[in-house]
Amino acid sequence: MKYKVFIGFVLLETLVVISLFMHSMVSLRNSMPEIKKKKDIVNELMLTDLSIWTEARYTRNPSQADWFAPFQDYPSSIEHFPAGSIIAPGNIRGPAKSGSDRSTTNLHKEE
Amino acid sequence: MGKHIKILEFALSSLWRRKYKNLGIIMVFTLIVMTLSSILLLTYSFKREAFAILKGAPELIIQKIRAGRHDFIPLSYTKKIREVPGVGKVIPRLWGYYYDISTGGNYTVLGTFRGIKNSINVLKGKFIRHGESGVCVIGKGISQARFAEIGDRIPIKGADGKFHSFRIKGIFGADSNIITNDLIIINPEDFKSLFGIENNIFTDIVVQVYNPSEINNVAARIKALFPDTRPITKKEILRTYDTLFDWRSGLVLTMFAGALLAFVILAWDKATAMNAEEKKEIGILKAIGWETSDIMELKFWEGFVISSLSFLTGLIGGYIHIFFFGASIFSPALKGWSVIYPDFHLMPYINPYQIAVLLFLTVIPYMAATIVPSWKASITDPDVIMRG
Repeated sequence: MKYKVFIGFVLLETLVVISLFMHSMVSLRNSMPEIKKKKDIVNELMLTDLSIWTEARYTRNPSQADWFAPFQDYPSSIEHFPAGSIIAPGNIRGPAKSGSDRSTTNLHKEE
Repeated sequence: MGKHIKILEFALSSLWRRKYKNLGIIMVFTLIVMTLSSILLLTYSFKREAFAILKGAPELIIQKIRAGRHDFIPLSYTKKIREVPGVGKVIPRLWGYYYDISTGGNYTVLGTFRGIKNSINVLKGKFIRHGESGVCVIGKGISQARFAEIGDRIPIKGADGKFHSFRIKGIFGADSNIITNDLIIINPEDFKSLFGIENNIFTDIVVQVYNPSEINNVAARIKALFPDTRPITKKEILRTYDTLFDWRSGLVLTMFAGALLAFVILAWDKATAMNAEEKKEIGILKAIGWETSDIMELKFWEGFVISSLSFLTGLIGGYIHIFFFGASIFSPALKGWSVIYPDFHLMPYINPYQIAVLLFLTVIPYMAATIVPSWKASITDPDVIMRG
């Protein structure tokens, strides 16, 4: 009879996973006005970066930072702030047709 | 069907006989999947949310570079930039940073009077009006750090060494924390007097380009016109955030790599070095008439039970950790040294491809590591196995 308990438990967990996917879809649909609101603020105040890491200039505004800001050089460069260990080096140099540009295009398509 | 169910029942009984060992493996396996899925969900949601929000960012920004550093840009640059074909509005921006010694936090100070069209659900209070001096609009993070509410005054030490006091006119709501948390918006004239900036210079210039496909050309023309400038396109901003949250690098993943390696060694050791008891069990089963395929199926079920339970529990745990508990386990690492850190609620973006990769990286290797040595034992003569 153990198999019944096991199959029941796996089915229950699968149902929970499916309901979490549903939760994700419903939450995303409901949050579209909120996303639009944030996008409008960014547009009207002409902002360029997220206000997440405020510990240094180059972590507060990574897209506006100097090219030689520590984490933008290469992955193993010496980093002063913990945030630099969490976020990857920004590949903002070079022509637009780089590898990472492809993934940006993919995100465009997913929108 | 009945045979398969009976083998599954036998596999479950076999696992239950060594319950402490197997429960230990399930716990470690679950933790590994939970950590990995948390990292994947967190970084993917960050990336998607940043991408969705920053689509509203300026098409093109022109910075002036002097001796390799960002420098203030003269107003005279705007006149020539406006003459470049395809260029629409050219708006100079004033912004900078302020280190607040009383809280130890860094604020981003923005000098603008451009209001927000629909400020009803965004702002508590009102936005500053054109020409209105001595007032400010602040982010929720600053309001909390300074215990300041609408009508209170925020003193900021200026370049002249004196304190400039600003009355709070509006506070951004918590909904927009991810972009406005550390902002102090003041009048451009106040900004210049606060930081001692001359009248005809600005931090950078925002350039509107009519045709989005012409942005790179316009940027190249401006760069040719002013070799001491650095044009930053919206595509580059988005690309920065695209790579910024790349899960492949980072402290969390590096720390986690050690744990993953430890689990791989544990699983490999458990699977390859079958103990005498397990080998004897296979020998007995062969001797009483079990086929090699039956033993393989038994081991398949054993691997499946452990890996499926661990994977599903870990995935559910990862989702709940990130989207219901706001990545509380990672937050000290994510927060770093930031004093002003937003208390934001991430949108639950899920990438099915990443979940599939996680499944193949965790479940399949574990099942393979379980089945392969059993197959080796089951094709050996039962007498040899039982004698050891």
